[in-house]
Amino acid sequence: MTDFMNGYPMLYYLFLAIFPLLFVIPFALMAVYAERKVSAYMQNRIGPNRTGPLGLLQTTADILKLLQKEDMRPGHSDRFLTSASPIVVFLGSYLIYAALPFNSILTGATLDLGLLFLLSVSGIVVIGILVAGWSSDNKYSLLGALRSAAQIISYEIPSVMVVMILFVITQSLSLTEISEKQTANIFNWYILGGPDLTWKKFIFIPIMIISAVILFISTLAEVNRTPFDLPEAESELVAGFHTEFSGIKFALFFLAEYANMFAVSALIATVFFGGYQSPFGYLGDALNLSWLVPAEQFFWFTIKALGLVFVQMWLRWTLPRLRIDQLMSLCWKYLIPIALFLFVLVTFITMI
Amino acid sequence: MIKEFVSEEMVINMGPQHPSTHGVLRLEVKLDGEIVKEVIPHIGYLHRCFEKHTEALTYPQIVPYVDRMDYLAAMYNEFGFALAVERMAGIEVPPRVEYMRVILGELQRIASHLVAVGTYGLDVGAFTPFLFCFRDREKILSLFELVSGARLLYNYIWPGGLSKEIHPDFVRLTKEFLVYFKPKLTELNRLLTGNKIFIDRTANLGVLDIEKAINYGVTGPNLRASGYKWDLRRDDPYSIYDKFDFEIPVGDGAMGTTGDCWDRYYIRVREMEESIKIIEQAIDNIPDGDVKSAIPKRIKVPAGQLYTRVENPRGELGYFIISKGANNPFRVKVRPPSFIHLMLLDELCRGNLVADIVAILGSIDIVLGEVDR
Repeated sequence: MTDFMNGYPMLYYLFLAIFPLLFVIPFALMAVYAERKVSAYMQNRIGPNRTGPLGLLQTTADILKLLQKEDMRPGHSDRFLTSASPIVVFLGSYLIYAALPFNSILTGATLDLGLLFLLSVSGIVVIGILVAGWSSDNKYSLLGALRSAAQIISYEIPSVMVVMILFVITQSLSLTEISEKQTANIFNWYILGGPDLTWKKFIFIPIMIISAVILFISTLAEVNRTPFDLPEAESELVAGFHTEFSGIKFALFFLAEYANMFAVSALIATVFFGGYQSPFGYLGDALNLSWLVPAEQFFWFTIKALGLVFVQMWLRWTLPRLRIDQLMSLCWKYLIPIALFLFVLVTFITMI
Repeated sequence: MIKEFVSEEMVINMGPQHPSTHGVLRLEVKLDGEIVKEVIPHIGYLHRCFEKHTEALTYPQIVPYVDRMDYLAAMYNEFGFALAVERMAGIEVPPRVEYMRVILGELQRIASHLVAVGTYGLDVGAFTPFLFCFRDREKILSLFELVSGARLLYNYIWPGGLSKEIHPDFVRLTKEFLVYFKPKLTELNRLLTGNKIFIDRTANLGVLDIEKAINYGVTGPNLRASGYKWDLRRDDPYSIYDKFDFEIPVGDGAMGTTGDCWDRYYIRVREMEESIKIIEQAIDNIPDGDVKSAIPKRIKVPAGQLYTRVENPRGELGYFIISKGANNPFRVKVRPPSFIHLMLLDELCRGNLVADIVAILGSIDIVLGEVDR
């Protein structure tokens, strides 16, 4: 890899730029299939089982259908903005992948401020959603977009606060560095207090568990999943901001949603669950096969993120939806004060 | 100069094609931001001139039309209509028929409440309870299919009897269903009824006090949820309901105020339990006999007029029949509970949020086939 990087730098960067796309599209196809199967088993149904073996090609067929559909838009909508908004939304979720460390060598950009970059680019999605809702000239879309903007912006605050807590403990905002610190075994993960072996570790354990829950809830709200799926509340707003979108544009929104689900799960896995680190040693180290280690790391990274994606699906098919005022009060009355308190606490503990 | 910022009222059309208006109902909603200022229901998309049609049809011919009013409780519509005609024509029905009607009626009540409860979960965003409820409702529909041959519109209860003899397996399968269904209610309660988010969404919302309920003519589960113990099966007993021992659940505001959406939801869950009790008492005692023996060759109703009411799953279903002594009625006026409950919507929705419209509409449980007729 290193030789390749030095020999053909342009090709290497091109590969880094395209790799997430090669990962995201098959992931989204399989995640939609998994979501259908998970929901089916939770609801005593069978789910897709006709297209391809075990119905595995069902989503592919659906996407192909969407691709060949006529590109329609409402008569009074803004031509440029309706076309641009799905791209902006997808861009927001795709940019996150630039900073995600899939393993110790495969990182799009090893940024020193990776965590902050990640949170800030996920905010681009808001612009796309607002533009989509406003430009499609539909009142339901507009309501959905406004809800979405209010929701995502509010829930950025608790997630930034959790990131601040992490920054104080880890002294780093680089995702690769944070992952490297959690190496060797499961007790070095930040959900279990991190690699610090003094008495502080035992105080950090409950703090980190609460922080992880806060981060999970707020990222759930940021990706508009149940119980926070108000922007696309089908029983109230038909389909929310993407009511008027069909065909490939709708497919892009769909893709962005699933790309986002994986991205935020990967973020939580990276900062709390050891990132690409194995919970115990590496087989590659034991067998003295240096090429095996990155492959194992990639495996662990995906498994952890997929586990969290499964939790998101599980919640979606279990819980009802919150109302907009309850959503806001959860954020402003509970999550933000708790996160702020934890932040102050952590600051004092680390100063001692 | 800074102009004063004037905000406009936004008018939103919910429906007629909307996922949660429970049919083809169009709501004209006036909004201030997300706060509801006014809700105007526009009805009539399913109007089929039921009442005019009846004037040209003989009494047995009306039965299939009655099915199509409240299509989620078709059996009970037939029950009420058969009762009305029998009372006017002075037909005595054999006890076997009476028992069967009560069993079918209560099964229909469970089926109808399952739809109400399941779709209510869907309205507030919980998808899984909806499919659980429909899974159980399928079993009831299969029982109906067994006896009548149809799954939704039965044409089974005729004035004077039943259209077909009871299927020999019916009693056994019904008992099996009851054994199967009881734990499912507990499952539903654990999944939805006690869910914190569900309670937050529905408690203290759309509160209907007793006085207002009576002034609006509210009946059935919606009235009982407001705390008023009124059930025609007990207060104006018809058929053989006076032989059975069952309770009438009333709302008590367990999660908030008496008469809120949660009460209206939970009253239906508890009524299903009571219906199970009634079926259990009746299913073992079905007497022998011929279900068709009392069906007259030609029904001629003596001149006169009579109002007959039954406790439909949604409330008081009344048939006002005027006869001039011919084969067909001079006039049939229906008092549909859903139509009357729909009038509540504006009253209950004002000042709440858009998301609450669907929560309130779901809780009063209307069927558009009955609203429009």
